[in-house]
Amino acid sequence: MSEVAEKEPLLSKKNRKLLSDPLDDNNPITVQVLGICSALAVTSQLKPSIIMAICVIFVISFANLIVASIRKIMPGRIRMIVQLIIIAALVTIVDIFLKAFAFDVSKELSVFIGLIITNCIVMGRLEAFAMGNKPWPAFLDGIGNGLGYGLILIIVGGLRELFGAGTLLGFPILNADEGSFLHGIGYQHNGIMATPAAAMFIIGILIWIQRARNQKLVDIS
Amino acid sequence: MQDLINVFIKSAFVENMVLAYFLGMCSYLAVSKTVKTAFGLGLAVIFVLFITAPVNWLLHEYLLKEGSLAFLGESFANVDLTFLKFIAFIAVIASMVQLVEMIIEKFSPALYNSLGIFLPLITVNCAILGTSLFMVQREYSLAESTSFGLGSGVGFFLAIVAIAAIREKIRYSAVPAPLRGLGIAFIITGLMGLAFMSLMGIKV
Repeated sequence: MSEVAEKEPLLSKKNRKLLSDPLDDNNPITVQVLGICSALAVTSQLKPSIIMAICVIFVISFANLIVASIRKIMPGRIRMIVQLIIIAALVTIVDIFLKAFAFDVSKELSVFIGLIITNCIVMGRLEAFAMGNKPWPAFLDGIGNGLGYGLILIIVGGLRELFGAGTLLGFPILNADEGSFLHGIGYQHNGIMATPAAAMFIIGILIWIQRARNQKLVDIS
Repeated sequence: MQDLINVFIKSAFVENMVLAYFLGMCSYLAVSKTVKTAFGLGLAVIFVLFITAPVNWLLHEYLLKEGSLAFLGESFANVDLTFLKFIAFIAVIASMVQLVEMIIEKFSPALYNSLGIFLPLITVNCAILGTSLFMVQREYSLAESTSFGLGSGVGFFLAIVAIAAIREKIRYSAVPAPLRGLGIAFIITGLMGLAFMSLMGIKV
């Protein structure tokens, strides 16, 4: 890693691009179509979305770092299994950590923490980036993609909680309770927003907005 | 027997892995451009689920669960290895997928070529690992788990073939350009999910 540091500053322009690209032009969810499953399942409220985003950023950045460090000594034929074992070990750490320090969140997320293993975002970045790059850029790529994923998760989770339950992070904002911020407007809960189907609609519309702004992403077929 | 049929119907329709839990979305969206490849992937998923669910059940029951190592002697009676379940399950799934890959390559090279990268990616299809994890969480028996695996597979098959058929037709419709392809696929899936929610009230 010190070799890289001598050749270029740690946050050179190229490395900054690794961090910022996945936030918009190369977003893992809306452009690369990776990691959709968990994006839909955990986003009914804002809090689990944020926790999930943090867990994924941790797993993907360290998995990228480890795989990029051992990419030269790893035999090609068994690389999938090696990658999966590394991811599974990291996810197990996250799972045990959550059980110990945030038990109710861990219960709420139930099997979805385990499902980070099969979150294609982690596997996809390992195959597409970490296998061919040095550890430090791979680590940044992991953080960047994790942030891009988290951004969508937080937008979807925020919208669904706000319109589905009228709250944000549990604080009443829109609903009709006494003491809620906008209780005067008499907003009624929208039941559809609480179902996972709403996440599909929101992501579909996000894709629409993004592609309307950025014509080169438009799918012609 | 009644019980097994109930688990099957429930997992295939009422609690469809794709349309009720939204698991297995990546391959569902990526491979659903034509009915033919969707059909092939659906069959492969049914097969993998049908094998991995009982194998993982046995693994969990006789090696990982608290107290399951008691047959090794007194000192192992309290060993709880459930924290290893992610690693153990994924290893079983990865090896089963490898097996399916070899079988398909041998018997249907055309299907093998059209599935391409998505065959190894069945390993990271969340519907497969999700089935194993749900099965542990719901404390199914061996027979129920097998039925649950088969039902989830059939559910995935139905969902992916249905959306592939819709996407083949929608290519001829006037969808706004930025919404074409992926965007509209998301919205169709959302609508299908809403339709499947109407089955949720059914008690089986």
